[in-house]
Order: sequence, then structure tokens, then C-alpha cells
Amino acid sequence: MEQKSIFSVISPIMVGPSSSHTAGAVRLGLMAKNIYNNDFAKVKFILYNSFATTGFGHGTDKGLLAGVLGYGVDDISIKNIFSIVNNVEYSYEYMQDISRHPNSVDIIIDDKMTISGDSIGAGEIRINNINGFATDIDGSYDTLLLMYKDKPGMISMVSDIIQKRRVNIASLHCGRNSKGGTASMYLALDVPIGDDVVEIVKQIDDVFFVTNIRKLK
Amino acid sequence: MTILSFSELIERCKKENKRIYEIALEEEAFLQAETLDVIRIKTLETLLAMKDAIKDGLKSSEKSISNWCGDDCIKLQNKYKKTPALFGKIFEKITTYALATAEENLRMGRIVACPTAGSCGIVPSVIVAVAEEENISETEQINGLLTAGLVGLIVSNKVQLAGAVAGCQAECGVASAMAAAALTQMLGGNVDEILQATALALKNILGLTCDPVCGLVEVPCIKRNAFLAIHAVTASELALCGVESKIPLDEIVDTLKITGQLMSPLLKETSQGGLAKTKTALDLEKKLFNNKQ
Repeated sequence: MEQKSIFSVISPIMVGPSSSHTAGAVRLGLMAKNIYNNDFAKVKFILYNSFATTGFGHGTDKGLLAGVLGYGVDDISIKNIFSIVNNVEYSYEYMQDISRHPNSVDIIIDDKMTISGDSIGAGEIRINNINGFATDIDGSYDTLLLMYKDKPGMISMVSDIIQKRRVNIASLHCGRNSKGGTASMYLALDVPIGDDVVEIVKQIDDVFFVTNIRKLK
Repeated sequence: MTILSFSELIERCKKENKRIYEIALEEEAFLQAETLDVIRIKTLETLLAMKDAIKDGLKSSEKSISNWCGDDCIKLQNKYKKTPALFGKIFEKITTYALATAEENLRMGRIVACPTAGSCGIVPSVIVAVAEEENISETEQINGLLTAGLVGLIVSNKVQLAGAVAGCQAECGVASAMAAAALTQMLGGNVDEILQATALALKNILGLTCDPVCGLVEVPCIKRNAFLAIHAVTASELALCGVESKIPLDEIVDTLKITGQLMSPLLKETSQGGLAKTKTALDLEKKLFNNKQ
């Protein structure tokens, strides 16, 4: 059994009222921001199930928006985020879908990237899909994510680049939609790597998307 | 070296002749690869955030989204300014601080989840009120909070601390057991007495459901924080008099888990049963949803 911290029961320091519906929402937003890793003008949130039905009473809508704008879970501005935000167009949709987790959201940034995640309790979250690719990112590791045309040798090329930086890979996951189709890879790292590594990985043939995802504090 | 049960914790405390907070510090320092001092400072930061939440909550009477809650703490303060509580100053402070924190939580103020946001008023109110009235040092308050942390962690190793999993037993109930442990440590109780206080508090919240009206962390959550803070004091007082739980603490934790499994899903944070399905609750729900659309 993995040892847990006593701070899993005497924290986080957060704005209320709910660790799953408020703090979890902020962290999902923060992860989406870190994954997109770029300026944006438009964001849409699709809230599912309990997020959709009881979210408004818990500030889930405010938390998600504050998160993508970079506010932390303990920032008291979250309460007034609607009057603070400018230059970003935001909208919400509310859905019921029993195939999804009770506290689930799709975050669509600039109509370009869809990031789906769940708030799994006590402020903990999981990003389980990015642009149609299954992921399992909980924000506890700096992560390098790339999407590419499925072909042999990609893992060794990428791990080689990271190894040269003497960075330890904590875990590595790959997936693809079909043989020779589009594939994704994400590597959880023990220490963050520089954005220059992203540029190097981008140079690999048939890689069409790379992002350096910072872990959550 | 995860401590999975309270019997393991007692054994370790006895073998190494240590207090629970010392074991908590060592375990946490090992886990985080930090020094004991760093963990102490982190715990102090948590304690200070708890005190800030109390201060903020005492000042505000801003109502919640339902317009039902948010002004009870002020009522207590006004009354106690004129006439004291039957049980004295400590009772006044504990109930007032518990409501202050829980109300601050509902108005999206900054609080410390302990163990959850819905139960955030219990541990801080007991630690801070007793420390102020009994002149207990900051060091000893930190020791109390560390004790509460390890006690809560051991429970959480067996049952996830969420209303959706085991009802309010696992939120305000566990918070009360943690507060009882912290208080008994702060009042100089030994390891056995601390864990007896934990057991007595936990045993007497078994079966507590989670049935929040409209799914909001308001009714019955806020006032329950004040009730279960005082519940923690009762447990600690009894334990310090030598009263013991006939059922061992580990078996009580198992019972809490099993009771949570036996509990209908309608009573586990779904707002499909209990108080959430009363006529008055349903009327409020209609009103809230109409306002929203």
C-alpha cells in the first residue's frame, strides 16, 4: 500500500465550500491550462452529472474558470472571478451522462483542444482524455505529452532525448487509435524538463503535437 | 513503514517510548524526504490558516446562495456578549469558532479541509478555543494537529473520507474523532487516553448519514460542525477520566466502514433521501433552480 501524507487529511488550504466541487474544479482548470500551455481567447466547459446539477451551489463554474486562468485553490478572488475575467470568452453547458464519472468536465480551449477530467474526491483529480486520447494524469508529476503518427522507434527516440538530460522517467504510457494511425505518449518525470526539450521532440518526423505539462502544486 | 492500524500505532509508541505526534512527524518527514522542522513549519502554516479562517468567519454575516445560512455565528457572538453560556467560555468559543469556519466555507472564503471542507470547523474550533482559554503553547497546538492528522490518516487507510463513500460518519464524524485526539494530546493525556478519546468519539457517530439539502454544504452541515466539536470534548473528558471503549478502536473503524457499505446510496451525498427529501428541502430546490434559469 502506498503511504499517504497526514496532509491528505489536514489540508488543502482552499476556498470553500467543497473539496471535490470547488478545489477539484480549480485543479482541473489548472491542469487544462498547463496542458494547453499557451495563451487562449475562448474556453467552454461541459459539466456532467453532479458537477452539472449541484455545481452552481459549490462554485464549480467559478472554480473551473479560475483554474484555467491560473488562480490557485486558496485564492479568494475565485468567488468574484466573473467580474475579474476579461479578454477571455467563456461559456458553460450542463449534461447528464451516466457513462461519465459523477464529477466530470470537458474543457474546450479555443475550439482546438478538448481536455476531459474527473474530480475524484478530496480535491484530487484525473485528466483522462486529451483530444480523444485516453490519459491518466493526476497532476502529481511533470509530464511530457506528445501526439504523433504511429510508427516503430518513437519510444526509444523520445526516451533517448530525455535520458540525455539525465531526467528519470517515473512512468511511460502509450496509446493509439489504430495501427499506423494517430498515437499518443505521455511520460511522467521526476524533475521538470525545459521547454527546449519540447522543441527538440517536435523536430522528430511525424510528431505533430508536444506539450510540457507542469505538475500541480 | 505505513501504519495501517491503531494497534500498530500503540505498539510503536510503546516500543519507542514516543508520543503519537512524534511518530506522525517522523513518518511525514520520511515520506516527504524532509526534516522534522520542515514538517513542523508546514503544520504551523496549516494551523495559522485555520486561525485566519476563524477570524474571517467571526467578522462576516454574509448569507449563502440559499439565503438560509451564514448569520448564525453572529447570533452566538451577540448572545454571549450579554450572557455567558451555561458551560462557560470554552463552550462559547468552540461553538462560535466552529460556526465561523463552516460559514466562511459556504461563502467561498479560505478554509482548511480537515479532513473535508464540509467538516472544516471541527478540529480548528477545538484546538484554537482550548488553546486560548487554557494558555496552550503554539508548539503544543502543532502537536495536537499532528496527532489529529495521524489519527485521521489511519482511519482513511481503511475508509475513504467522503460522504459519498460512508456518509457523514466519514466527514464530520472522523473530524470529531480527530479533534478528540488533538484535544487529549493538548490536555496532557497519554497515548492510551488519546486513542480512547478517538474511539469514544468515533463510536458515537456511527450511522451518521450525508443528506445535504439541495446538495449544498449548508443544511445540516454547518451546525453539525458545532455539535460534533462539542462531541469531541465529551469524548476527551471521558477518556481523561479513565473511561474506556469496550470495543477496540480498530474494530470501530471497521464498523464505520461496514456501516457505510450498508448505508443506502440515497443517504450518501446524493441528496436523494433524508433531510434532502423533506417537503421544505424540495420547495427550496424548486426556488433555487427557478432562480438559476
